[in-house]
Amino acid sequence: MANLPISTIVLTTGFVLMLIGLWGMFSHRNILRIIIGVSLLDTGIHIVMVAIGYIARGTAPIIDKALPVDEAVQRAVDPVPSALVVTAIVIGLAVTAVMLAYAIRLYQSKGTLSIDAFTESKW
Amino acid sequence: MMRRLAVLLAVALVALIFAGLIRNYVEQESLRPLAETYVKSVPQELGAPNVITGILLTFRAFDTLGEVAVLFMVAAGVGLVLSAGGKTESGTDSTTDERKAASELVQNGADILLPLIFIFAAYIIMNGHLSAGGGFQGGAVIASGVMLLLLAKPATQLAHDFLSFSESLAGVLFVLVGVAGLIFAGGFLDNRVLPLGQFGAFFSAGAIPVISLLLGIKVGAELSVIIDRFRN
Repeated sequence: MANLPISTIVLTTGFVLMLIGLWGMFSHRNILRIIIGVSLLDTGIHIVMVAIGYIARGTAPIIDKALPVDEAVQRAVDPVPSALVVTAIVIGLAVTAVMLAYAIRLYQSKGTLSIDAFTESKW
Repeated sequence: MMRRLAVLLAVALVALIFAGLIRNYVEQESLRPLAETYVKSVPQELGAPNVITGILLTFRAFDTLGEVAVLFMVAAGVGLVLSAGGKTESGTDSTTDERKAASELVQNGADILLPLIFIFAAYIIMNGHLSAGGGFQGGAVIASGVMLLLLAKPATQLAHDFLSFSESLAGVLFVLVGVAGLIFAGGFLDNRVLPLGQFGAFFSAGAIPVISLLLGIKVGAELSVIIDRFRN
């Protein structure tokens, strides 16, 4: 347990957060809580992606006094997942904004946020 | 009860997949070939110390441009969805006037913090090529400042014309920088249209600071508009 690699710990945290998000999405009937579940799932995926990019004993891929150019290839973590996560965070925000806007409209149309009230598209 | 069991089963099955992934995960000892190329070529060819910013604003800048387009569409879509319903309810206007003012603590705190937040945002945007930061992050900080402003002073009206104008201008300039890269350098959004300068200096890394600034303005304006749309 003590010599568990740091990326495995972070990876596990991300997966657990994803599971909490999934649980929140499936088990709650309030639309706002479902949106919170989706956000948790989203954040969990980001953490997992960053964890996958970790290199053993690596540091941030920013060249400065602490990380000279010639050592960068040995000591920098993978920059590609980090760049992708920046993109994914922005898209996650966009998705959350759209979901909240729809939640407001659904509340205006039915006066409730319970997903049980919206039976039109239920099969 | 049945439903709860089904949910439990579904989550447990997903957890099983995740457990397998975690058990077989081995921490990497060295970079993959693609990442190695990026870590080598961003400081050498683009002159940017921050590899991630180099990837986001040059190698994958087209992707970033598409992403800003997504943000723009979301701002427009949220406006469309929310404005369609606002008219049917006449009661919404009267409630906005009765909105409770923020406490004195929040108001005074906002007065002190807002300039600092915006200066911090400008710092993050302009140092994206040197240290941790960049256009997206700085834009998000700007939007958080706007959020604080709207919470502390609910009567504030954002200048929507100015926001949409600066946002469109930044978008057009972004594309123009890209086209300049097509003409004067190696390809669309190549940062070597401007001299690379001294490695690690403020004015260096070619067009990356310019693109970062444009991106920061665009993201900040778009997120502020999205936040403001939810008020009414």
